[in-house]
Amino acid sequence: MTYQEIIDRLPYSQPFHFVDELQHVDSDGVEGSYCFHPDLHFYQGHFKENPVTPGVILTECCAQIGLVCLGIHLLGHEGLDDGLKSLQVAFSSSEMEFLLPVFPGETVRVISKKEYFRFNKLKCSVQMFNAKEELVCKGILAGMFKMVEHGS
Amino acid sequence: MKEEHFVKLKEIVSNYLPDDVSSEAIQLESNFLEELNINSANLVDIVLDVEDAFDIMLENEDMDGMQTMADAQQIIQAKLEAK
Repeated sequence: MTYQEIIDRLPYSQPFHFVDELQHVDSDGVEGSYCFHPDLHFYQGHFKENPVTPGVILTECCAQIGLVCLGIHLLGHEGLDDGLKSLQVAFSSSEMEFLLPVFPGETVRVISKKEYFRFNKLKCSVQMFNAKEELVCKGILAGMFKMVEHGS
Repeated sequence: MKEEHFVKLKEIVSNYLPDDVSSEAIQLESNFLEELNINSANLVDIVLDVEDAFDIMLENEDMDGMQTMADAQQIIQAKLEAK
């Protein structure tokens, strides 16, 4: 599966799609990037007249790149390709630390390393870096993946 | 021997109980998802801990059949005997 095909298979759309590009994917991990466009709606409220990317959104970005893109790659050969099945994802746990703020217009890079993928549970350690290569946040994320037959 | 396995298993499971379930609730017939309120993601962690604690390897079908403490105990027993 190509990197673009992985992105195309993400179960997200605007305004909750936080993956622009994947730079590298293999069975042990993934690296991808996303630019936080200044027009994203949450900047209007977080914070009043002082837009900063919310930690939950940074976590979501880490999860979409680090967990879901990797999960699609790992499951890729099991029926997604022929379009017979679709993917259901449930975020099951997160333990994050936030070190630096991310402002509107910044591009971040997420690096994720697989800890394990067993019995449909994928657990990864993730790190997010800003354009200056500074560590923005890091943590451990896990999710459950389920392949669903179409029409069921 | 079986009793020993149960104690070890109970110890592992008690680490994953939600706050509203006490370890007293763990009985042989307890259902992980329905009675002990353990979610499927934590059940995976229980299985991984069981593999380490008993030095065994579980397969997908073992996971499918693991609904109660008794199921888990039986699977552990079978895996240990097959070693």
